[in-house]
Amino acid sequence: MLRFIARRVLETIPVLFIIATVTFFMMRLAPGGPFDTDKQVSKEVRAHMEAHYGLDKPLFEQYLLQMKHLLQGDLGPSFKYPSRTVNEIIADAFPVSLELGVESLAVALVLGLLAGMIASFRQNSAWDHIPMALAMIGLCVPTFVMGPLLISAFALHLDWFDAAGWFLPRDRVLPALTLGAFYAAYVARLARGGLLEILNQDFIRTARAKGAGGARILLKHALRGGLLPVVSFLGPAAAGLLTGSFVVETIFGIPGLGRYFVTAAFNRDYFMVMGAVLFYAVFVIVFNLLADIALVWMNPRLRFE
Amino acid sequence: MPETTLQPVEAIETEPSSSFWMDAWHRLWKNKLAVFGLAIVAILSALCFSEPFLCRHVIGFTYEQQNLVLGPAPPSRLHWLGTDPLGRDLLARLLYGGRISLMVGILATAVSLTIGVLYGAIAGFAGGKLDMVLMRCVDILYALPFTIFVILLMVFFGQNIILLFVAIGAVEWLTMARIVRGQVMSLKHQEFVEAARALGLRRRRILLRHILPNLLGPIIVYATLTVPEVMLLEAFLSFLGLGVQPPQSSWGVLIKEGAEMMEEYPWLLIYPAVAMALTLFALNFLGDGLRDALDVRASKD
Repeated sequence: MLRFIARRVLETIPVLFIIATVTFFMMRLAPGGPFDTDKQVSKEVRAHMEAHYGLDKPLFEQYLLQMKHLLQGDLGPSFKYPSRTVNEIIADAFPVSLELGVESLAVALVLGLLAGMIASFRQNSAWDHIPMALAMIGLCVPTFVMGPLLISAFALHLDWFDAAGWFLPRDRVLPALTLGAFYAAYVARLARGGLLEILNQDFIRTARAKGAGGARILLKHALRGGLLPVVSFLGPAAAGLLTGSFVVETIFGIPGLGRYFVTAAFNRDYFMVMGAVLFYAVFVIVFNLLADIALVWMNPRLRFE
Repeated sequence: MPETTLQPVEAIETEPSSSFWMDAWHRLWKNKLAVFGLAIVAILSALCFSEPFLCRHVIGFTYEQQNLVLGPAPPSRLHWLGTDPLGRDLLARLLYGGRISLMVGILATAVSLTIGVLYGAIAGFAGGKLDMVLMRCVDILYALPFTIFVILLMVFFGQNIILLFVAIGAVEWLTMARIVRGQVMSLKHQEFVEAARALGLRRRRILLRHILPNLLGPIIVYATLTVPEVMLLEAFLSFLGLGVQPPQSSWGVLIKEGAEMMEEYPWLLIYPAVAMALTLFALNFLGDGLRDALDVRASKD
């Protein structure tokens, strides 16, 4: 197990290197530069600014320089917010995105697992059809429709919540629901499918024949194997919750990392884009790794490989 | 056929090869939700792709025809679904946007299928070192934050619709490659492949003529489920302002515009959102139905 983890951690090094390289050259080869969008600046000022940020050096030299800084954990300055470094911006914005992500994940897991367990245990009854129909709706209504609809219903008409903002605890409810709904739907379907497959197997019949009650069969015998698909989905899902939050952060006016990332890309804020990409990449990789470790732990067959 | 030369008895006993597809069709036909999905997809595509004709002869407005005096008007007899703030007919824009959205869905899926099927088939068929290297690459690519790369691509290289297909297609092929590889690995040791090999057929011919046709089931199922995913991704990009550019429309663009004005002009959000959700619904039901109808593993229970 330790060797498996060590190998996976070592593998992330080339992955991060590739991501950084691709991002660097994609940004630099693209038309436009960080000082294009500003109001007209004279040639001298512009040359001075480029020299200040080292953008006048040959491309390959810049690449090596940035790689060196990245290795030292220095993500560089932001062009758009000259008084702050990228490290500071991420340190400010990330906790917000993380909180939103964790809350949405909780929504997804609680709703999704409950729906999936009930549906699989009462297959082909109303207990199965109604949650699965809801899950289908959750899958088909995009986040950017769900958000405005929830705002319209609960903030504007019922006046239970504020339409936007990120100040009070209750401000978390609508964004977390919006972001979590899609994943809850997905989890529900995966959990139902996985549990049904397990519930039809012989060892469950044996347990039933020995007189085990329904709850015991579900919780003790079926859950561990039946939730494998959910767990393998959770790695990419956790990453998706972070990237998917672009839309939710825009709709609800949440000062998270997603908004910084998109505006940075539009502004050609090179160092900010690189920092955000690498930051997200690390997250995706860590979550995938955690999901794989959980999978191996839950599935004895994989443990020997 | 190579099968008949090796196993004449079984070949006579088995039914004609079309029976698998006939069975699948019957199973699909019995699944009401899937038939409903198929019907919805067919009707909506027919409507959207005949948009130029419908606009000229039935609706009477084109998607870009403005009427600034009228402005945003609720649904009426003249404008069945109302108009947007520029006085453009929403129904015409909805059909035009649907054409773009469906086209992105279909073409991007085609791109991802082509890459994924070829990649997976080659990896699975070759086996050994090549397979290991190719699949290692897929594993590594899985770790890339792809949404981010699509956003970067679209921001940096302009909002070109061809680029949109390619970018989305390039993101979605990984899972297809894995599925196809697994199937090819299990098929390549079967007798009919050995027979084809014994007959001295070239590897390329064996792969393309004998193995790939057997993969059609999973490929069709997965493609049906990829289309809604791609359409969602396109809508997501459009929502960020990275999709198609005005005066063109797509469902994502219409939903974004509608969401901005949902309190004043709710119809601008409701109709595009319903159209999009209905299509995604239909495609998902169809995909689930096809999976049940075609997938041997699922048809056991």
